[in-house]
Amino acid sequence: MIEGALWRRWVFYNIPLILFVFVLLFPFYWMIVTTFRPDGELYLPWNAVNYMPFWTNNPTLEHILYLFEETNFSRWMLNTMFIALVSTVISLFCGVLAGYALARLNFPYAGGLGTAIFITYLVPQTLLFIPLAEIIRNFQLGDTPWSLILTYPTFLIPFCTWLMMGYFKAIPKELEECARIDGASRWKAMVYIVIPVAVPGILSSGIIAFTLSWNEFIYALVFLSSPDQKTVPVGVTSELIRGDVFFWGPLMAGALLGSIPVAIVYSFFVEHYVSGLTGSVKG
Amino acid sequence: MAVTALSAAESKRLSPRLRKLEDERWLAMALLAPTAILLGLFIAYPFFEGVMLSLSSTRVGEPGHFVGLKNFHKIWNDSIFRTTVWNTFWYTGVTTVFKLALGLWLAILLNRHFKGKAIIRAFILLPFIIPTVLSTFAWKWMFDPTFSVINWTLFQLGLITTRINWLGDPDLAMTSIIVINIWRGVPFFAITLLAGLQTISPELHEAAAIDGARPWQRFWHVTWPLLMPVTLVVVLFSVIQTFADFQLVYVMTGGGPANATHLFATYAYQLGIGTGLLSEGAAISLAMFPFLFIIVVVQLLYIRRVETR
Repeated sequence: MIEGALWRRWVFYNIPLILFVFVLLFPFYWMIVTTFRPDGELYLPWNAVNYMPFWTNNPTLEHILYLFEETNFSRWMLNTMFIALVSTVISLFCGVLAGYALARLNFPYAGGLGTAIFITYLVPQTLLFIPLAEIIRNFQLGDTPWSLILTYPTFLIPFCTWLMMGYFKAIPKELEECARIDGASRWKAMVYIVIPVAVPGILSSGIIAFTLSWNEFIYALVFLSSPDQKTVPVGVTSELIRGDVFFWGPLMAGALLGSIPVAIVYSFFVEHYVSGLTGSVKG
Repeated sequence: MAVTALSAAESKRLSPRLRKLEDERWLAMALLAPTAILLGLFIAYPFFEGVMLSLSSTRVGEPGHFVGLKNFHKIWNDSIFRTTVWNTFWYTGVTTVFKLALGLWLAILLNRHFKGKAIIRAFILLPFIIPTVLSTFAWKWMFDPTFSVINWTLFQLGLITTRINWLGDPDLAMTSIIVINIWRGVPFFAITLLAGLQTISPELHEAAAIDGARPWQRFWHVTWPLLMPVTLVVVLFSVIQTFADFQLVYVMTGGGPANATHLFATYAYQLGIGTGLLSEGAAISLAMFPFLFIIVVVQLLYIRRVETR
């Protein structure tokens, strides 16, 4: 890159970048400030005198305590965690096997099946939620975590398969052929030779699948009804708003705490997450 | 020769079931079976059910009968549905243009070596990672008519004298929703386009610079065409996700004020789940399908043309 004068670097690069970072992160700062702000300060009108929106001198834990004492928040966290983990494992299992088959095996209709997977990858959840709600009810799965554990793979598997196909295609065929010459069966060559090499890909798909299931909203909103079955996004939406009254303190506390597991997983595996994200658009 | 002899000897020791897996076709079938079952049961079957539902007169607790295209006829004459269609196209179009422009700008800003790049890259992806519903609540709180921090800032800067009721006015509400969608989508565009930028050799830029190309010309004639394949796929994903969006509008306005900000998904939810008109809800959801189908086909054809060029 050809670097210009110092002022030029500030005007064209540093200041815009600082503005981007500020705008992208401000809502999270706002979430944090609101979580620790007492109700008395929270509900000051925007034009009140001495209103200091960006900071508080009287931090409080009342909203977080409210969340744990007056609502099922801890239960929602456990539900979401359980649903996200199990559906991620199911999707990884299916996605890795399907990705292997589509990327490395010769069989009739392989191309057609690959296209079919790609098309299901593009099916949004909002296209099918009404008939799916009927089907879930007919299968007697309504209001159970299984209604989500079995339906989340519909958008996770195509994603995992697609990503894994990319990783599997990059592994040289010779690796497998060596194992086969040494007497390994196809199955063994896959399980012991090829899949271990693809572990970074599995990690990437797993992390993204986990964040996607944690993020999912419409299925959870439609399939679950009792307060103790809900996931974090649905619980926060339905239990912290009564009629027209928004409990902003607990709401922001819930949003903050509900984001933490995803943020932790993400912070540990940023590189895997990014490589998965960029791999998913490689077509 | 040796290979076949060995594997023949090996396969003698295998159980019949495992021996079958030596055949590529059987193995492929076994490996694809779990995926096929789950996707068949929860995508293909619901799709079929959805079509049947949209052609019937089912309501909650009331099994309907076949009515043909009556539901589609009804929604076609529904003024809220027409607003919904217009909203969805406006929302998708405007947000995509801004997400692409801002995302590309951010990607270019990040495509340099500077201190703290890894940390900044990790942080700017946060809007995309954090569950949409939860971050949208933070925005809703920022846009709150009485306690809005945005109003406070504008007031302190002397730009406004009376409050702006962000979510009370149809146009302002739609604009607010568009802003939030752009906010959430820019990181995804930036990070994926950054990956695309990094595959472009800096030598091409240097060669163009030596030939006297201005920075803008270097961008337009070198970077943009080379980035095209990645851009198209990113836009395809984003357009589909935005077109079928639900969470943002559901949280911010619930389709209001006066049904002015509905998208396909929120209107389908309101009719199908809210009022229990399952058939009409399913019909509205399915009405997305032809549009999505056209978008996907056009984009895929265009991607293929760009890639074979």
